Amino acid sequence: MNETVAVLAGGRAPEREVSLRSGHRIVAALRSRGFDAFLLDPAERSLVESLSAARVSACYIALHGKDGEDGTVQRVLELLEVPYTGSAPFSCQVTFDKVLAKEALDAAGVATPAWATVQGAALRDLAAGAILGHVSRRVGLPAVVKPSRAGSAMGLSFVEREVDLPNAVMSALSFSDAAVIERRVVGTEVAVGMIGSPEEPLPLVEIVPKSGVFDYASRYTAGATEYFAPARLRPEVAGACQEEAAHAFRTLGLRDVSRADLMVDRDGRPWVVDVNVSPGMTDTSLLPMAARAAGIEFPELCERVLRLALDRGGSKSRGTSL
Amino acid sequence: MAELSVDPYVDLYARRTSGMSASEVRALFSVAARPDVVSFAGGMPYVQALPTDHLQEVAAAVLRERADVALQYGGGQGPRTLRERLVMLMAEEGTPADPEDVVVTTGAQQALDLLGKVLIDPGDEVVVEAPAYVGALSAFSAYEPRFVQVELDDRGMIVEQLEEALLRGARPKFVYTVPNFHNPAGVTMSRERREQLVALCREARIPIVEDNPYGLLRFEGEREPTLRSLDPENVVYLGTVSKVFAPGVRVGWAVAEPGLLQRLILAKEAGDLCGSNLTMLITERYLQGERWRRSLEDLVAAYRRRRDAMIAALERHFPPDATWTRPAGGFYVWATVPSYVDTQALLAAAIERRVAYVPGTAFYPDGRGRDRMRLAFCYPTEDRTLEGIRRLGELLADEEELFRSMSR
Repeated sequence: MNETVAVLAGGRAPEREVSLRSGHRIVAALRSRGFDAFLLDPAERSLVESLSAARVSACYIALHGKDGEDGTVQRVLELLEVPYTGSAPFSCQVTFDKVLAKEALDAAGVATPAWATVQGAALRDLAAGAILGHVSRRVGLPAVVKPSRAGSAMGLSFVEREVDLPNAVMSALSFSDAAVIERRVVGTEVAVGMIGSPEEPLPLVEIVPKSGVFDYASRYTAGATEYFAPARLRPEVAGACQEEAAHAFRTLGLRDVSRADLMVDRDGRPWVVDVNVSPGMTDTSLLPMAARAAGIEFPELCERVLRLALDRGGSKSRGTSL
Repeated sequence: MAELSVDPYVDLYARRTSGMSASEVRALFSVAARPDVVSFAGGMPYVQALPTDHLQEVAAAVLRERADVALQYGGGQGPRTLRERLVMLMAEEGTPADPEDVVVTTGAQQALDLLGKVLIDPGDEVVVEAPAYVGALSAFSAYEPRFVQVELDDRGMIVEQLEEALLRGARPKFVYTVPNFHNPAGVTMSRERREQLVALCREARIPIVEDNPYGLLRFEGEREPTLRSLDPENVVYLGTVSKVFAPGVRVGWAVAEPGLLQRLILAKEAGDLCGSNLTMLITERYLQGERWRRSLEDLVAAYRRRRDAMIAALERHFPPDATWTRPAGGFYVWATVPSYVDTQALLAAAIERRVAYVPGTAFYPDGRGRDRMRLAFCYPTEDRTLEGIRRLGELLADEEELFRSMSR
């Protein structure tokens, strides 16, 4: 009998639509590899009841954003003792929250651009809005302002002038309870994917958005961005990117599958700007491109990730190091 | 080194598709469709109020008595008998029309596309209101016009601005307007402005496209004459049964002079051969007799109550420096919030608090409207409306606190 796999996708986060696109593709891929895969949208059907009724062998997590990437669904699956793809709850929680992830990466010596965190509560409850002046001195301009907990470049803005900082912070705080203001690194944008072990990163994908900015529209409109895999970087620079990414994956204790986004500055130095525990798997997503550059087609990619979860089983997974 | 192509067609797309891209706002709406979100976003008619038994009888009668027509292809213009009913709907607002001058379309939305196809060459100027119905902007955009925007106030399109644009050399192919209970602005063009607009366009020989989906949904006050009734020769009229009956039947229509009409019919036939005879005959039968009038009265009464609930809630829960229009009919209230609020950025937080609206930027072709939001009162019940506006009001109060903190 074929093994039954629930592909978790949809959910209630703003990335719902992207997640459904990822999820439907994974279902089709796993079916083509002989699995009895079905899509389960926790926003439509009860997760616990559906999983119990279907007697699944494992869950493939294709949820993006809150609940799916921050350890929430992972903790539920731990309690149900259902194996699932991707990282353990605590690693998810830290990685998804850019405030925590930046702290962890920086403390471990991973290169990540200078940043400052502004919490909504600091502005509302402490009336500490005047700190924004300190922020721009600390971080420098131009800067990137991002919500601490969101994906797909939602709520992200670029700030050139100090007067534009308050609006950018307000936009980011619409998506999350804290905003991360990060020095903007100008250079080449690359993504480093990982399947299996942090020590074996995939080839780099270079990202060249036609609009100049890799925002939501550039990410999900086919043709709006050019991608090169492997990236057009000198081998030693590409190698340095993979090392930096692997260092980040190890630091955050990630497993199975993940993706780091890096900027390579004009001196060829890589900076880690974001790490994802549930990378997009849509037809315009970076991880499947990286896998293909390594000779791994999409169905095989999905199966390999799933096998890691099946092999681990549903027994209490010991938390990975962080 | 290989350039990856995520879309093998990427070099093949026509230039007119260049504006068609994924959007964060559209992605957020897919989350807003959940039942626990009070959505003021979509202009969805209250179809639950329609008489179900009667509808079943209407649909059954069509299949019983006219299945041979209902299930067959038809002519591109639509059945003559239906066109007679649609002309009757126009007469309700005092607009004379001849069924021979009518083409039935798949919603009035298709008529917008056909007008674009027949009238707009790339680079042509088209006058739209600012703000304008987003569906018209998307329909026309595919034909690559340059939009000339004319602002609205509480008496509708500011015709003087159009006059100035013409004096400065604008040569638009046509002027597009929603004179009654505007989408999104909720305002209605005054009698004086109507006469001014019709006279100006007649003299300048620029046709007017009058889009009138909400005309029969008047809650109070005197009906204004349609532009078409003021100048039948220079006004193309668009109607729909979506709001007086149901959007699911996809029946709209255009009334135009014979030459333009012929091209619209040919363009429609090229696009879809003909509309759905099944839903056209159901619509025709629904509009026979007097029963539909009672249902429409019930609908209008329900929408009036919902409008009242929204206005009352806004007065109670919105910040004192916010303003909004008070529509005398239709579906929409157009709110202006303090300028430090970016309604597009705020939508994610709104949905997190289980309430949704359409950010103002959707209704301008040039990125304006960040401090505006469209609030559709047609769908949520009065209780839900009160709760939804309360949630939005709270969110706006929090935004103000954030802003005050940072501008200290």
